[in-house]
Amino acid sequence: MAGHAQRASPSQAASTGSPVRDLFSTPLNALLTVLVAWLLLMTVPAAVDWLLLDADFSAATAQECRAASGACWAFIAEKHRLILFGIYPYDEQWRPLLASVLLVALVVCSCLRRFRNGWLALWWAVALACAGVLMWGGVFGLAHVENRLWGGLPLTLMLATFGVAGAFPLGVLLALGRRSEMPAVKALCVVYIELIRGVPLISLLFMSSVMLPLFLPEGVSIDKLLRAQIAIILFAAAYIAETVRGGLQAIPKGQYEGAASLGLGYWRTMGSVILPQALAIVVGPLVGIFISLFKDTSLVMIIGIFDLTQAAKAAIADPQWQGFSTEAYLFIGGIYFVFCFAISRYSRTLERQQRPDAMW
Amino acid sequence: MGAALFKTVNSASARQNQNVAMKSRTVSNSQRGPARPAAGPRWRPILYQALLLGAVGLLAWFLVANTLANLQARNISTGFGFLHDEAGFAIGESMLAFSPTDSYGRALLIGVLNTLRVAAIGIVAATLLGVFLGIARLSRNWLVSGAAGAYIETMRNIPLLLHLFFWYALITETMPGPRQALNPLPGVHLSNRGLAVPWFEGGVPLLAWLAFLALATCIAYLCCSERGARWRGRRPLLAWAPALALLVLLLAAWFAGHGELHWQVPRLKGFNFQGGATLSPEFAALLIGLVLYTSAFVAEVVRSGIQAIGRGQRDAARALGLAPSQVLRLVVLPQALRVIVPPMTSQYLNLTKNSSLAVAIGYPDIVSIANTTLNQTGQAIEGVLIIMAAYLTVSLSISVLMNWYNRRIALVER
Repeated sequence: MAGHAQRASPSQAASTGSPVRDLFSTPLNALLTVLVAWLLLMTVPAAVDWLLLDADFSAATAQECRAASGACWAFIAEKHRLILFGIYPYDEQWRPLLASVLLVALVVCSCLRRFRNGWLALWWAVALACAGVLMWGGVFGLAHVENRLWGGLPLTLMLATFGVAGAFPLGVLLALGRRSEMPAVKALCVVYIELIRGVPLISLLFMSSVMLPLFLPEGVSIDKLLRAQIAIILFAAAYIAETVRGGLQAIPKGQYEGAASLGLGYWRTMGSVILPQALAIVVGPLVGIFISLFKDTSLVMIIGIFDLTQAAKAAIADPQWQGFSTEAYLFIGGIYFVFCFAISRYSRTLERQQRPDAMW
Repeated sequence: MGAALFKTVNSASARQNQNVAMKSRTVSNSQRGPARPAAGPRWRPILYQALLLGAVGLLAWFLVANTLANLQARNISTGFGFLHDEAGFAIGESMLAFSPTDSYGRALLIGVLNTLRVAAIGIVAATLLGVFLGIARLSRNWLVSGAAGAYIETMRNIPLLLHLFFWYALITETMPGPRQALNPLPGVHLSNRGLAVPWFEGGVPLLAWLAFLALATCIAYLCCSERGARWRGRRPLLAWAPALALLVLLLAAWFAGHGELHWQVPRLKGFNFQGGATLSPEFAALLIGLVLYTSAFVAEVVRSGIQAIGRGQRDAARALGLAPSQVLRLVVLPQALRVIVPPMTSQYLNLTKNSSLAVAIGYPDIVSIANTTLNQTGQAIEGVLIIMAAYLTVSLSISVLMNWYNRRIALVER
């Protein structure tokens, strides 16, 4: 999880004013220019040929597709429902589609300033509930679909949004706990945060899949998807806590004293005075963690959950369409990229709005 | 903000992942606790803590009791006794000799070594590539900075797991077989069996190599560190000592191997290459994925570190008549290093932890071997605990090392 969202970066060295002179201003620069230009010439035309010009978009069979020297996009056309929706019942796939649109709309709305008020938490609750009902069914005449049939992009989106919705409050609480003056609370939070940050997400996922069943009393079992979701929430919360702690540390003492002199208690002080300022400072790194969380949902495939990555692997495994893994990986790589890139662009704009005095 | 940059970067917050500019602003506040909010009755905090501890204790007791009951019901014995049992599975690549008759303990040790191997090589490669890209991103040469930017954005916005699958598929599916191997450099063969490169071969055991490496590190430290500099005085020739020492050590290694150490070029024999060193497709895909992915983050860390150095520093250095490369090397980078080291530490930790994704493409790292072990023995709890303990140890060691380095380069304030 890294500082995904840093400030935009116009180049650092002063430009000479002429774009051509910038390319050849020093011998080293000229050498680099030639080198990069050569690399681009070597790769870009070949890539364009393979991706578009020589590609096959409409082949009916794999044999026909293999004859083309370029990419086989017909494979994606054939398999896109499987990759996007997994093994969700074919006729009901409008439901995960609608749920995905709902979740994306929710995230987009959270980004718009107009919606940023006290109602936002309520919107999240409503939208997540609606997405859950759409996926699950069993009410309003929707057929019930077991969650082992869920899969593809909607599952990835759900793991990510439910993950944010669960990890964010937990992370804020942990950050407050780590700054607490009560030694027991502080110690517990420190141990939790450092333990979780010291181990990879995979070990938590393994724990959720092989250890959690042992932790529960006989007869009680939590479903596999929920266990993975819990692991993701527990993992991301530790990173969110550390980031929020950075924001809390940046709030000057006077703010606490001001709140105390108004007679506010601990929760009012934190909720109305400190946290709003602290979260505003760290919104960039926070969004970075959300992006990491989105990417990290791909790990659930290792414990056998049918997310976008696993769905792509399933499509590749079809014996009739073998040998097109590059196309499938590029396709879902593009999907991940669009989401992550959009969010990171947004967080850059946000940071620039907040720091009009930024030097660069 | 300029003044704050010269504050010592607090090592307690060193592992924090955050925007660099913000960090320098928060440093001055980090020592100071928040003022106590309106004080309630004195017994209240004690009650809260007692309740919290009670709840945590109860939860722990509940989990442990359940676990014990479940283990008993399923007839699983607890404990680490299984580590001495025969493993019964082969490991594709290992730095120590291993056969299926060896114990689980040795298999896990090999897993740890494999993790350390890919992490160590990955950290060095990602740092080199990332520093280059970070500086390139800031170049005024728009072609270079644009290419670096495109690379960074593409690499870091795609999940690492997908990187691994992609590179693994590329190597195993689209590369030719050993007989038609690509030959980009003389002696280097790229095929779907991995990358075969020339390498030393001889009777030198691994332990001897490690001892030599440790000795070389000590000598290099003496020669390059400040303490060594004091001892060295103004004798510049001694700066070459590390290189000399390495040469001596290589010669010593050659003699230790009874002259059997020689340069081996891989040759095609039967269906695969013999001689030299072969990077397996799994290792190569893991390394390529980790390096490409992490270098994008390292580049961003380096870029923001350099940008955190005020324009005045550069202008002043230029006014003193330093050449652009000297400005970067003597003025900007030493200062930027203070901003760069803490986030860089967390990138190194990330790379090490991310190497656990090896399990998805079948590289025998600690997670993969522990997973096989727990599937064979049913010792789920011990298996997961071993994974966690291994990573915690490595993570803590890296943070201790980097915090030590951070303290060393931090500006001493009087």
